[in-house]
Amino acid sequence: MNFTLKIWRQKDAKSKGGFETFKVQDISPDTSFLEMLDILNNNLIHEGKDPIVFDHDCREGICGMCSLHINGFAHGPDTEITTCQLHMRKFKDGDTITIEPWRSSAFPVIKDLAVDRSAFDKILQAGGFISVNTGGVPDANSILIPKKDADESMDAAACIGCGACVATCKNGSAMLFVAARVSSLAKLPQGRVEGARRAKAMVAKMDELGFGSCTNTRACESQCPKLISISHIARLNREFLKAKFRD
Amino acid sequence: MAILDSKIPQGPIESKWSKHKADIKVVSPANKRKLDIIVIGTGLGGASAAASLGELGYNVKVFCISDSPRRAHSIAAQGGINAAKNYQNDNDSVYRLFYDTIKGGDYRAREANVYRLAEVSNNIIDQCVAQGVPFARDYGGLLDNRSFGGAQVSRTFYARGQTGQQLLLGAYAALNRQIAAGSVKSFPRHEIMDIVMVDGKARGVIARNLTTGEITRHGAHAVVMATGGYGNVFFLSTNAMNSNGSAAWRAYKKGAWFANPCFTQIHPTCIPVHGTQQSKLTLMSESLRNDGRIWVPKNKKDVELLRANLIKPSEIAEEDRDYYLERRYPAFGNLVPRDVASRAAKERCDAGFGVNETGLAVFLDFKTAIERLGKDVIRARYGNLFQMYEKITDVNPYEEPMQIYPAVHYTMGGIWVDYNLMTTIPGLYAIGEANFSDHGANRLGASALMQGLADGYFVLPYTIGDYLSHEIQSPKVDINTPEFEEAEKAVKDKIAQIFSIKGTQTVDDLHKKLGHIMWECVGMARTKESLTKAIEEIKKVREEFWKDVRVPGTNDEFNQELEKALRLADFLELGELMAKDGLNRNESCGGHFREEYQTPEGEALRDDEHYAYVAVWEYKGEGQEPELHKEELHFEAIKLAQRNYKD
Repeated sequence: MNFTLKIWRQKDAKSKGGFETFKVQDISPDTSFLEMLDILNNNLIHEGKDPIVFDHDCREGICGMCSLHINGFAHGPDTEITTCQLHMRKFKDGDTITIEPWRSSAFPVIKDLAVDRSAFDKILQAGGFISVNTGGVPDANSILIPKKDADESMDAAACIGCGACVATCKNGSAMLFVAARVSSLAKLPQGRVEGARRAKAMVAKMDELGFGSCTNTRACESQCPKLISISHIARLNREFLKAKFRD
Repeated sequence: MAILDSKIPQGPIESKWSKHKADIKVVSPANKRKLDIIVIGTGLGGASAAASLGELGYNVKVFCISDSPRRAHSIAAQGGINAAKNYQNDNDSVYRLFYDTIKGGDYRAREANVYRLAEVSNNIIDQCVAQGVPFARDYGGLLDNRSFGGAQVSRTFYARGQTGQQLLLGAYAALNRQIAAGSVKSFPRHEIMDIVMVDGKARGVIARNLTTGEITRHGAHAVVMATGGYGNVFFLSTNAMNSNGSAAWRAYKKGAWFANPCFTQIHPTCIPVHGTQQSKLTLMSESLRNDGRIWVPKNKKDVELLRANLIKPSEIAEEDRDYYLERRYPAFGNLVPRDVASRAAKERCDAGFGVNETGLAVFLDFKTAIERLGKDVIRARYGNLFQMYEKITDVNPYEEPMQIYPAVHYTMGGIWVDYNLMTTIPGLYAIGEANFSDHGANRLGASALMQGLADGYFVLPYTIGDYLSHEIQSPKVDINTPEFEEAEKAVKDKIAQIFSIKGTQTVDDLHKKLGHIMWECVGMARTKESLTKAIEEIKKVREEFWKDVRVPGTNDEFNQELEKALRLADFLELGELMAKDGLNRNESCGGHFREEYQTPEGEALRDDEHYAYVAVWEYKGEGQEPELHKEELHFEAIKLAQRNYKD
């Protein structure tokens, strides 16, 4: 298969970026999208040109490192996958494909297609944990958790922190990301203890870091590679309001 | 010169760890505040260690190459984590987990370390639950278990097919809590370029900021390597693209001896290679072998029809299928250990029964399980794995069997450590996959997560105190000394040299050459000839690299090609040591299969009389042969025996 690629190039955070056009040829339909970029980069280096910087690591959809906006969709035109799990068979021979970095003021571009998502770490540092030290904890089976609650907690905990929700939201809101963590811990008795403090601290940090607000468009949910439901946002709102009322 | 003293405590195996804990020194809270520790890596080992050390009151700096600690490759572990809880009442115990691990490792692991690992395994599960890890539960609200290879009990705890992710998010949350508290400082997108030695002790590191290229010095009273394995020496593996052996190799060149480098785990259930442009291989969790049955056709005619796409696997009648693991190993069936399952797949494919166009694939079939349990149960157990398989291959595994083939997955070898997890460099520790100690010649499934967290939460925080108790008078490490200056200059010189080559081959071109040699000659089956050939061929590729590699751009920018080049330069040396180690070990054991040494049935044939030792290699300088040291393995609690998974 042959493709024309319009790829965002940007030297660094301060420079102005722009699209550059490339052609790739003889790509197998079984090639993954990132392997296609590997092939392009290998060609560029042989031609004496600068390869394209993009983030990637596990290449099996779990580390959350890859972050491409492809033809207007976070992680490209398929559902339930990250960019590394997208395959060229999803495109038509001869297609022109536009590739951009995540677009959000909270995720500044570092170079080309790589962005800085350290804001996510900062939100979790604000309260996305249960305050237990190593050791001195009760036997694992002394805490009974209904299967339904454990399953719902796991549904939310499947978030890989890739940032597709922020990149997709027209307001650049991180609500789905925050809600996933808050909700996962809120469904467990161990997490209830600090529930109020956690919700307030994480929401405050999110606001402080320049993420936008949620206007319930559900765009985040539609692009989430792990199908995190916006029902978790409802739970976050409940947690947050309850905490505020208590104050 | 360092001496190989494993420091195994005296006394019966059951009481070694408690006795040792009572014997070693501790550091008072006031003194902990004065001591600095560097942790390299934020996988299960690194994150749990950094968090626990921060909680204890040490000043910790933690480095990772990803943009967030949460993305370390432990995140990709799927199936589960073992613990000897015996929640299933199936007669599991600390001893049984210990025994299974020693036997699974084909009697090449250190008994005392493995027993301790089994002992603390239960604490890990308690800790993770307290952190809010959403393990699978059954309807009564209690924790659920599944089975993994090499065990006849159900001791594996899991969170769907994302156990590694959930455990890492637990450790990462603990780490975040310490970062917020100020006890841990995090350096994401930083790679360690060298270990700095002062007066024979590890006193710091030289780091490179991956986005700016800035080279920085960091001093500490102790350094912990939690840098994972070196499976990417094979180019194609299940490791993440950025996983590498460089920090470990830098440590080796500074005096940390390297143990059993040839012990590599080839995982039996990975999606087969599809073409020459592939960048990595995807693992399908071992947990699938709980319900999946592995087979190839009995008749060559069916193989031909399959390869020509003229029939579907589901059309092959039951009596025409060869469930070769069930046939060869009735007692363990599809749940034999990984090395055994991998070799059995290779044996069938070599005999011409491979089921795809390359001839290098076997089936993993859920038909029987779906008939027995229904699609919904199978979906609940393995839904995300089935989805992942379908996305990659375009085949629906609910309808047709998966195709799988072995691939490089894990390295049991690593930096040699004593019972305290300290390397031969005083003050330098290695934990998790980066060390060698617990898995012998083959790791059992769901035991890597166990080891990473055991080391990080429950072993290192105790043992490092014993060393640091002697450092309480040491002032803050001064980074403006000749030692740091020289180390930094060496790093900068090496980077400049790489840019100056301006050759014609890309890093990937050369890495693929190395990977090809490694897979063909140091892979699933090795011979004296293949290993000798590998040593010669690797040398040639290494020379090519230093004459002909092309790395574009400059150091002062986000330069992923430079990162890759620096890692490949080390792989090109490490690969040779792996081959040398394989050549030295004239026996077959676990994942190290020398074709010359096998039983009439084709099983690995150990030579306990001559090789019941850990092969520990000492770096002797550029162009010099490394020196082999031996740590004899003494089996006191377990009798050495030929592994048997048949009855």
